[in-house]
Amino acid sequence: MTAALHFPALQVVLPLLAAPLCVLLRRAGLAWLATMLVSWAALVVAVALLFSVLVGGPISYALGGWAPPWGIEFRVDTLNAFVLLIVSLIGAVVVLFAPPSVEREIGRDRAYLFYTAYLLCLAGLLGVTITGDAFNLFVFLEISSLSSYILISLGQDRRALYAAYQYLILGTVGATLYLIGVGLLYQATGTLNMADLAQRLAALEDVRGIRVAFAFVTVGLSLKLALFPLHLWLPNAYTYAPSAVTAFLAATATKVAVYALLRFLFTVFGAEFSFNVLPTGPPLMVLAVLAMFTASIVAIFQENVKRMLAYSSVAQIGYMVLGISLVTVDGLTASILHLFNHALMKGALFLAMGCVYYRIGSVHIADFAGLARRMPWTMAAFVGGGLSLIGVPLTAGFISKWYLVLAALDRDMWALAALIVISSLLAVIYVWRVVEQAYFRPPPADGDVREEAPLSLLIPTWILVAANVYFGVDAGLSAGVATLAAQSLMGSPP
Amino acid sequence: MDLPGLYNYWIVIFLMMSGFYVVIARGNLVKKVVGLNIFQASVFVLYISMGKVSGGSAPIIAEGIETYSNPLPHVLILTAIVVGVATTALGLSLVVRINEAYGTIEEDDLHAQDADV
Repeated sequence: MTAALHFPALQVVLPLLAAPLCVLLRRAGLAWLATMLVSWAALVVAVALLFSVLVGGPISYALGGWAPPWGIEFRVDTLNAFVLLIVSLIGAVVVLFAPPSVEREIGRDRAYLFYTAYLLCLAGLLGVTITGDAFNLFVFLEISSLSSYILISLGQDRRALYAAYQYLILGTVGATLYLIGVGLLYQATGTLNMADLAQRLAALEDVRGIRVAFAFVTVGLSLKLALFPLHLWLPNAYTYAPSAVTAFLAATATKVAVYALLRFLFTVFGAEFSFNVLPTGPPLMVLAVLAMFTASIVAIFQENVKRMLAYSSVAQIGYMVLGISLVTVDGLTASILHLFNHALMKGALFLAMGCVYYRIGSVHIADFAGLARRMPWTMAAFVGGGLSLIGVPLTAGFISKWYLVLAALDRDMWALAALIVISSLLAVIYVWRVVEQAYFRPPPADGDVREEAPLSLLIPTWILVAANVYFGVDAGLSAGVATLAAQSLMGSPP
Repeated sequence: MDLPGLYNYWIVIFLMMSGFYVVIARGNLVKKVVGLNIFQASVFVLYISMGKVSGGSAPIIAEGIETYSNPLPHVLILTAIVVGVATTALGLSLVVRINEAYGTIEEDDLHAQDADV
């Protein structure tokens, strides 16, 4: 089959081409249909790519027939096939959710613009993940970032505009720092292809230019992935963006940046250089633990539930970075697994917030009083996602925390394992605050009628909640793939 | 060290730091975008400098020329300039929208207005 040969290109090209199509279609319904077809096609392609990588090993695709390292190479291995799956899965589910939510929050006449930006963002994120070229990664990063600034600014609250502006400034600074790093790497090696870079860097001696490049790339990507204390853009952006946008970005954008960091630390620079020649591990570990605690504690005091979940995202990024900083196969497995599981849980939680906002027009905790009687299914979905966020057994969140604790114990870091467990207990507090309001407070006088969100909102939410439970009970697939990806990153034979 | 010979790198660092300073220190949203532009421009100069090969001519094949400058960084920067223009356009259009919504583009005034709500 010839189409299958071009799957790596199709993965990115399909949403990229469909984006202008949405502008031409104009009508909200048609634009949605195009977006849905394309994002589900992208999911099918991602699944096919993952299976062919698992069976046949890494795929290298020379774009336009120009052989790497001269041309741009799309390279798919276990790690990025897995991330592609996450991104396109969330992308496909959020599109199902979008129509009523977008109509309510953005308006029917502007909906096609939302779908255009959404597809561009999806294309950018998939491109960052699939590309094997350092400069191409920058271009895709900017495609996804520019479109996500637009998506955020579509929020109803005027503060969405300022949040988007703030993100634009910080995001561009991050991307430019990355660009400087890539420039310095090119200066030292004369190549931009990641595999080629890895080879030539290994052969070079430890020169200052490469160290500086390493610093620029790491800090630039850390800004993008909102590593504490570079997370300042994130809470406002997630709080004021439209519900569908928050769910999509929270579940994908930071994850893709984590992937890019993994790729640079382990594939391009190599674990030996990143963690033995340079002491990157300890600072990353300290920042990760600070993120876990500071952001969780701040989350407890939030009055806006979306903002609370946004701070929780910063804390969860901490867990992923913590796994990276352990520099073992187990630690990386935990990171990659948490990347996947966190996308599922935050996707589910923010979609539940979208349902709440659709009905009551607010996500303030005071307005949650008695909400479980009014919207039982929505609140049940929130509880499901919340349990997974805390890491209760039989949910996906438990599996990744379990792997992370085991990885910490494996390195004889008992204190660290204890810190992971304690910070998970902080999540209990903030999830409980919402649950208490919704289930144990009397509803306001007029709010006692049962008024559930429409099924078109509930079904996508519950798909993600079900995925949280499924991957919590049967983690064979997700953990197996994550382990393979971690082994290939650490360079040990699978 | 050949300090004067590396003058373009000094320019890069000067531009980079002044742009970055403007982004951080200025409260006016338009000035921040301008600072961001200067910051990005410094990276363009960095890339273009590294493409220069001593004694090399413009990378167009011609008789009697042996060494050529490396055209690849220039091409990369062409892309980066396009990205920069898009970022500036989007940033400024957000500033216009902010001005419509708040009636000001000073960061402090924005915070003050939102604190009242």
